[in-house]
Amino acid sequence: MSLDSIRQKIETGQRLSTDDALALYRSEDLFALAELADAVNVEKNGNKVYFNINRHINPTNVCVYAKSCQFCSFAASMKDDHGYTMSDEQILEAAAGMEAEGAREIHIVGGIHPRLKYDWYRGIISMLHEAHPDVHLKAWTAVEIDHFTRITGLSTEEVLADMQSAGVGSLPGGGAEIFQEDVREKLCGHKSWTDRWFEVHSAAHKLGMRSNATMLYGHIESLGDRVDHMDRLRTLQDETGGFQAFIPLAYHPENNPLPVDTFTTGLDDLRTLAVARLFLDNFRHVKTYWIMVTEKLSQLGLRFGANDIDGTVVRERITHDAGGTTPEHIRQEELVRLIMKAGRVPVERNTVYEEIAVWQ
Amino acid sequence: MAISEARSQTEINALLERATAGERLSREDALRLYREADLLDLGRAADLRRAAMHPAGQVTFILDRNINYTNVCNVYCKFCAFYRRPGHEETYVLTHEELGQKIQETLDVGGTQILMQGGVHPDLKIDWYEEMLSWIKANYQIHIHAFSPVEIRRIAEFSDLSVKDTLIRLREAGLDSVPGGGAEILSDPVRKKIAPLKDSTDEWLEVMEIAHEIGMRTTATMMFGHVEEDTDIVEHLDRLRELQDRTGGFTAFIPWTFQPENTHLKTNKATSVEYLRVLALSRLYLDNFENLQLSYVTMGAKIGQVAMRFGANDFGSLMLEENVVSQAGAKFLMPREEIERLIRDAGFMPALRNQRYDVLEVLES
Repeated sequence: MSLDSIRQKIETGQRLSTDDALALYRSEDLFALAELADAVNVEKNGNKVYFNINRHINPTNVCVYAKSCQFCSFAASMKDDHGYTMSDEQILEAAAGMEAEGAREIHIVGGIHPRLKYDWYRGIISMLHEAHPDVHLKAWTAVEIDHFTRITGLSTEEVLADMQSAGVGSLPGGGAEIFQEDVREKLCGHKSWTDRWFEVHSAAHKLGMRSNATMLYGHIESLGDRVDHMDRLRTLQDETGGFQAFIPLAYHPENNPLPVDTFTTGLDDLRTLAVARLFLDNFRHVKTYWIMVTEKLSQLGLRFGANDIDGTVVRERITHDAGGTTPEHIRQEELVRLIMKAGRVPVERNTVYEEIAVWQ
Repeated sequence: MAISEARSQTEINALLERATAGERLSREDALRLYREADLLDLGRAADLRRAAMHPAGQVTFILDRNINYTNVCNVYCKFCAFYRRPGHEETYVLTHEELGQKIQETLDVGGTQILMQGGVHPDLKIDWYEEMLSWIKANYQIHIHAFSPVEIRRIAEFSDLSVKDTLIRLREAGLDSVPGGGAEILSDPVRKKIAPLKDSTDEWLEVMEIAHEIGMRTTATMMFGHVEEDTDIVEHLDRLRELQDRTGGFTAFIPWTFQPENTHLKTNKATSVEYLRVLALSRLYLDNFENLQLSYVTMGAKIGQVAMRFGANDFGSLMLEENVVSQAGAKFLMPREEIERLIRDAGFMPALRNQRYDVLEVLES
């Protein structure tokens, strides 16, 4: 199918339909897709490619959804030997010395522990915020926020405002998986429904917090489900404008019960970035998460619509438990080199995309 | 945009159009494209050229096994993590029994070829190689793709024979074709830096020319991403194209990136963007090479797959064993179903081939 009519829409600033997005996904004209996505990206972001220096803390992997989330290789139930819950000392240790390394963000997500009280989760935030007042805490997926409302009886707004006062700066985009209800049911049983994910992000945006949005792809979903996922995000973004980045997450097949045993292909990863860039016309940033798709593919992704390559990440557990073989962190010089070799200008950013340093 | 910049882009576009149409590029053209053409433009041109040369939409691969008959080597290349000096405690030379077991395992999974390379072992002369080859042929029906030019030249030297006589005797004993290894970069200043004891560019090409003259087919490789300049890459491609014009004996070109781990050559790895640029340029410049093989071993499955859209039409080998590269850091060995899945997912039909690049079986899904 020719992409001419879609090209015309893009060039005249018209919004793409879900059918257009599907046609882009299915088009065999890979280079036309890349060129369109690249042009739209450059128009929005110039030659700049962002990265940040952060640490990941996953405070516990014990999760009530350990059996129901079919795609997860990280979670453990209470009885499992590999279950862990970090002590305050371990959490502080995981963040120790980060400022000296130039890290400006801690990404904090974990399991839904059946016993731990809200105060434990809140305590992690206030403790880290006190120890690292200049560090941005990007914490808790919508699933965790939803859980906090259940165990406290507070409203979503109240939990978010309380976490904000404890030190949470923004929400990560996790727990989105695939929004389409039938797929979601098969994928993660009774984990927080699609509606709740949107309620949490909408409430966060209204409180002035920014958030990200993810999509877990490459398992049992169809291309239509992916486009539907992006469509729902585009709708909320029209309303609130609170999303910063869209981050497609490539499914990893190992150590989980889902009957899908293949990794996503490189071309699928690239097409997903490009379609997201073109369809999500109200998102400024599209991130290629190198931890999941390899730094080699991510570098090429910078020419398929992505303008963010994530950061140097220390102690990544979730992807590596699922068979990820990328290194757990990447040196800053290496990230800068990858970006420059792709013909782009590396920019170190903070969590809210303020520029820290530009490599000319 | 400055007028000169616009003019320059117009010239690049004209070059790309000529290349896409299959017209021959000069060295200057190649250098200009490599330096100035946009990655996506270069990729598209190579993709169109590949489609024109291989209209059936097949991507081929071979089931074979790499066997390194010895790791003893006295050439001491700085980029190699595999060799051991003569006398080192980790040296080995495979016995016929060990070889036989590896070959039987290859045949058992449907393999059709062994790719056999050393080590340049200073104590092994022509008789040893002849015995090995004829023993294999007497016991197994398998294609023997073996001994890169540096090995052949040293076997000749150690045995006081000419290269031609050596090749003829090896062929009579069972050698079917010659792999293109050891080409590294066919530019002597670079070779002096990374492999000072290895044969020169002319010597490498001479072995290939003689092999072609006596009717043997060979492949050609290039290892880049170390100390070479872009002019060296073009020089390499040009030397190959020139020989291919005269002999037509090369079946395929296989560029791959240097893996610096555990070697004496400290350098940054070539990135995927650089790899894809070189791959695409190779498709456009080597207009007399039918087959261009991608390297998933060094680039990983994802970029390996993408490479099929940047000019490559061959996925290489299933590779049951690969000692040389894996010790330097690359660990990708791929099951057959995975190769087929990646080829189909990229929109091509997978096909099994032999070393002459004849299709043995089209793998309809």
